[in-house]
Amino acid sequence: MRYLLRRLGFYLAALWASATITFLIPRLMPGDPVEAYIAKIQSQGQGVIAPNAVNAIRIQFGLTNDPLWVQYFQYLNNVLHGDLGIALSQFPAKVTQVLGYDLPWTLGLVGTAAILSFSLGTLLGILVAWKRGTWIDTTLTPVLTFFSAIPYFWLALGLIYLLGVTLRWLPTGDGYDTLGDLTKGWNPDFILSVLQHAFLPAFTIVISSMAGWLLNMRSTLITTLSEDYVLMARAKGLTERRVMFAYAARNAILPNITGFGMSLGFVLGGSLLTEIVFNYPGIGYALFSAITLLDYGTIEGVFLILAITMLLANLLAEVAYVVLDPRVRNERG
Amino acid sequence: MRQDVQFSLPDDASEASGSIDAVQQAIQHAPQRAQVLLAGEIVPAAESQAQDLQWRRFSSVFLSNPRVLTGLYIVGFFILIGLFGPFLTHQDPNALSSDMFRAPSPAHWLGTTQRGEDIFSQIAYGARVSLLMSFAAAIGATLIAVVAGLAAGYFGGWIDEVISFLINIFLVLPGMPLAIVIASFAVKGPVTIVLVLLFTSWPWGARVLRAQTLSIRQREFVTSARVIGERPWQVILVEILPNEIALVASSFVSTFVHATLTAVALEFLGLGDMMVASWGTVLHWAQVDSALMANGWWQFVPAGLCVAILCAGLTFINFGIDEIANPALRSERKLRKSKKGIA
Amino acid sequence: MSIQEQAQKLLDVTDLTIDYEAANGTVHAVKNVSFTLHRGEILGIAGESGCGKSTLAYGIARLLRPPAQVAGGQVLYYPRKDRQDAYYSAASSLQDVLQEQDSIDILQLSSEQLRAFRWHELSIVFQSAMNALNPVMTIGMQIIDVLQAHLPDKPMRFYKRRAIELLDLVGITADRLNSYPHQLSGGMRQRTVIAIALALRPDLIIMDEPTTALDVVIQREILELISSLCKEFNTALIFITHDLSLLLELSHKIAIMYAGNLVEQATSREMYHHPGHPYSYGLLNAFPTLDGPQLQMVGIPGAPPDLRQVPPGCAFNPRCIMAFDACRRVVPQLRPVSAETSERKVACHLYDPRFSVRGPTTEQIAYCYETLSEGARVE
Repeated sequence: MRYLLRRLGFYLAALWASATITFLIPRLMPGDPVEAYIAKIQSQGQGVIAPNAVNAIRIQFGLTNDPLWVQYFQYLNNVLHGDLGIALSQFPAKVTQVLGYDLPWTLGLVGTAAILSFSLGTLLGILVAWKRGTWIDTTLTPVLTFFSAIPYFWLALGLIYLLGVTLRWLPTGDGYDTLGDLTKGWNPDFILSVLQHAFLPAFTIVISSMAGWLLNMRSTLITTLSEDYVLMARAKGLTERRVMFAYAARNAILPNITGFGMSLGFVLGGSLLTEIVFNYPGIGYALFSAITLLDYGTIEGVFLILAITMLLANLLAEVAYVVLDPRVRNERG
Repeated sequence: MRQDVQFSLPDDASEASGSIDAVQQAIQHAPQRAQVLLAGEIVPAAESQAQDLQWRRFSSVFLSNPRVLTGLYIVGFFILIGLFGPFLTHQDPNALSSDMFRAPSPAHWLGTTQRGEDIFSQIAYGARVSLLMSFAAAIGATLIAVVAGLAAGYFGGWIDEVISFLINIFLVLPGMPLAIVIASFAVKGPVTIVLVLLFTSWPWGARVLRAQTLSIRQREFVTSARVIGERPWQVILVEILPNEIALVASSFVSTFVHATLTAVALEFLGLGDMMVASWGTVLHWAQVDSALMANGWWQFVPAGLCVAILCAGLTFINFGIDEIANPALRSERKLRKSKKGIA
Repeated sequence: MSIQEQAQKLLDVTDLTIDYEAANGTVHAVKNVSFTLHRGEILGIAGESGCGKSTLAYGIARLLRPPAQVAGGQVLYYPRKDRQDAYYSAASSLQDVLQEQDSIDILQLSSEQLRAFRWHELSIVFQSAMNALNPVMTIGMQIIDVLQAHLPDKPMRFYKRRAIELLDLVGITADRLNSYPHQLSGGMRQRTVIAIALALRPDLIIMDEPTTALDVVIQREILELISSLCKEFNTALIFITHDLSLLLELSHKIAIMYAGNLVEQATSREMYHHPGHPYSYGLLNAFPTLDGPQLQMVGIPGAPPDLRQVPPGCAFNPRCIMAFDACRRVVPQLRPVSAETSERKVACHLYDPRFSVRGPTTEQIAYCYETLSEGARVE
């Protein structure tokens, strides 16, 4: 228990670090982000912005003329109150509003895809390690290695082209059918449309990330299979299935659970890109438009939210680890 | 079949022993034999071929593995393209032409973009840029990882606390989003990308190397080196690091893959220098120009394919390195042959 | 062998050969090893590291890991006919075989037959209990699952009760049923592994250096435990160790291995008083006795050979103080020392009637080894 509390303390520290990084980055970079933003607005022909408006934007953005540490505490204070600033590209909407609308789409898509891909990857990894040396292993492993090396978004583009444009089996973009006559809400038509539109993006994420977990599980399991307790399990005359699952896989999965938390960052990043390719209305897409429009508030907001998600996922993974590995429970607790 | 077995003695077997039986002979010759044995003329056979054996083991494991060989060929191919590609094509990748948005043809091997730029030369020149970026990032990140990991593992104490804390923080922050955020605020270009990659890729390798250093540090040869009075940096560089070469190599290759994929992603988002041809920027322009919707597959397929094949090749090489470090993962082929004797 | 002894034969190993396929050639880890084991008999196998004793044991139990594989020979096992355990019905093919003959060749069993055979007739205790136990499973579960596998369809109460009985046999309290391996001390872990080995009351247990990793005091306790359990259940035991002194007290018969060959086989009493093979003598006298004159310890000069490059003739000849020319050319066969006592066998040319009238006496061997110590003293 003490172990978990110590880890919790660490995660709070990490949360603080994320917020600090988010605070520091725009202020450490050369150049003035507000100037850049204004220049962009004006170049897009949206009129000249009056000086006092510029100042107002500055304040909204948190870039006052106060000393750095004052700004810092103001920023932390805001974050703790859930105020992430103004979304400059959708002025005067607040960042939390904008992202609050987009976040469920991302969580739904990425969350399901990640869990699916982890489970599938792990199970197939067990299968491949079990049937090591047979055709399953010799064909599946190189093929999946190749898939793990493909950039997510490129795969997404390819799938859109194949299944969406050429074969026209699935829709090529958006979260749901925007052209049609759908009312949003928990009605079957809408849900069906959502699922249809979510299929390709989810499929992309699953295929790209599954390979990594499969290969990890495979090599951990192969190492575990050479342990003495697996040999003893076989010597005991237990069925191969019991040996594989209760003795080998049960031990092999432990390092992979910690791996899940850490590689989630890459999955999140990749799914951001997938959303962009699919015009999927999640925070990834919001990030993309924010970058183009130099909406720093939103960019920071997205990062902070992603950081928090990562921390939560890692924390969950640690809890799962403690539950699954009795050695950690007592010794640290 | 043992060739050393002789079941019948030569006829003059008793020549050496004469008329004395073997036991008597043994007792008589015991003192001389004792001298011979004590002089230590029995050479343990194993040691003399140690070095030779190490290379043979390395080459038999590493180079005979078909996946590793494929990986080496792939990487070699891309290095060649990077070095000599631009000489194959006599076109400037940024040159506009009137052949706008054409499919692959003899004049333009991989077709052209909306503005008539030759895609093949973009890919060829881009290979150089992309490879150099990834290489620089990988070397830098691995260097940082080695320094951090070994220092933390060897010195322990507050150095370890600080470095471990940094490593853990970075591991728990989402890498790609962090890279995106930093890159979007900074001056756009390859240098920024390399720096961003350095900043976000070092923790993985550092963590692994730290763990390995911690365990090697317990070993006796390290203790004896320290007792002799070797300076810390000597111990680290001469005693510990050589034992971690496989890990460092594996970490380098992984970072290379990670750097390539992240760099391409960042450029795709528009965070690189859009005027410099690299694999990622080619894809960016493909997206911006909506090449896909216009059925222009030739604009985005080659670049992505290059990235995928290169990274796959590198991962295969990593398999080989893993197999050297961990014998349990080796040659499944031999497993299939010997089914007798096991369950 | 008398008819009574015949009736109690348990294991008959004949010409067992095990090879390792290494990158640069084949290594003969075990060469033409033969021996017989009777019910309730404790056989100790001793030798230096790398002599093949563990490989031999795993080969008999068919637990060899690739690249090791059995290259020849047979291992005949004579199960008890009066066992009415349920497992025979599980392996009906095994039952059919036993209708006709009274033995089965372990090496020829199919995997299904092997699974039924395992642990019920032959169980194994590994060297490191910490590594042999599944770290994420309670020890209770590790006992229970072998019971469930071989005696299926019983209520959990039955299995739990049996598990508690077994733990009690080895001196572990019942509350430890839900403990994990890392929560137990080294000695307790070894006892647990022994308890698991006894779960189905096998007729043969193979123990691979079970006490090597323990301190001397615990070692003693475990050895006494093993000894009493074997007597109580009339279990035969193959005990593998590099420490000959343990076997002198524990076992009925001792076999010495060197470079993959069985070089001597005798009762422990004979081995202690009259070791036949020069190597056995060297092994025995590698440790000093409590009483007796102070000796210059020399040991056996040199080191065991690399199994890829075994010396021609007798593998021990380069290090043997009593070697003569035939030793360098002809491989000695394991043969009885004298016509009367066929139990005592040595693989040494000094006992070969072609070369000498009778084998050396213990004093003669001692004299030869003395010359080594004297030579050392002179230096």
